[in-house]
Amino acid sequence: MTTVTLAGTPVEVDDEGFLQKPEQWTREMGEEMARSAGIEKLTERHWQVIDFMRKTYLDTGAAPSMRALGKTSGVAIKELYELFPKGPAKLAAKIGGIPKPRGCV
Amino acid sequence: MADSIEKVSIVISKGSLEGVYPGLIMGNGARMEGIEANLFFTFFGLDVIRKNRIDKIKVGTVGNPGMHMPTWIGAIPGMSWLATKMMSRQMDKIDIPPVREFIEMIGDSGGKLYACQATVDMYGLSMDDFVPQVEKVLTVGEFYELSAGGEIIFT
Repeated sequence: MTTVTLAGTPVEVDDEGFLQKPEQWTREMGEEMARSAGIEKLTERHWQVIDFMRKTYLDTGAAPSMRALGKTSGVAIKELYELFPKGPAKLAAKIGGIPKPRGCV
Repeated sequence: MADSIEKVSIVISKGSLEGVYPGLIMGNGARMEGIEANLFFTFFGLDVIRKNRIDKIKVGTVGNPGMHMPTWIGAIPGMSWLATKMMSRQMDKIDIPPVREFIEMIGDSGGKLYACQATVDMYGLSMDDFVPQVEKVLTVGEFYELSAGGEIIFT
C-alpha cells in the first residue's frame, strides 16, 4: 500500500494504483487517473460505465463481472472495449476509485 | 510495473466442455487485462467454432477420473447430458457464459479466433461451417508467425 497525490489530495492505492478507500475518491481524481491510463477525455459513455461499476461495488461489495457489465451497464461489450481498450472492467474500476475486480470473467 | 504480458496465443485442442472452458476463460481474461489474445482451434477443439456443434459441447463422463464416478456409470445414456446441464448451471451462477455467448464475448472484446488448417482439411470444412467470429484458417506456420513476441498456451 502506498500513498499518492491525486487531484491535490493524498490517497491510499495498491501496487497497481487502485484506490483502497472508495470514499476518498472524487471525479477529478477519476479524470486524472484516466489521463494517466491513456484516456484523454472521459465522455458521457465512459462515465456511464464508471458510475455503474462504482455503484455496483458500493451496493454489493463486489464489482460486476465483464459479462454483467456488458449486459446491465447499458454499454455493450464491443463499445466497452472501444471506450477502455486496456480492459474495461479493470480501468473503469480504477478510474471509479474502487478496488481491482476479482472476477475471472 | 514489473514485466507484463502483452500478447497470448491460446491453442484449444479438446472438444469436451471441461476441455474448452479453460482456454476460453484465459482468452477472455487476457482481453479483460488489455492483453492481445489469439485463439487457435484445432482437432476436436474445432467444435467450439463450428456453427452446428457450438451448442452441443458436453462434459466427458467416460474415462474422466475428474468426474469421480465409475466409468460404467458415466456410460449410462443421458449421463453426459446431465453432467453438462449441472456444470452449465453452476457456471452460469458465477457468470461464466455458455460457449456460444463466450465466443461472442471474446469476438466483441477484440480477441481473434482462428481455425487450424490441418483439421479443416481433415474434416473437409470451409469458412461457411464456422461462426462469424472466426477470422480465418491458419496453417501451423502462420500460427507461429502470428504468435511471435507473445506467449503460447496449449490447452
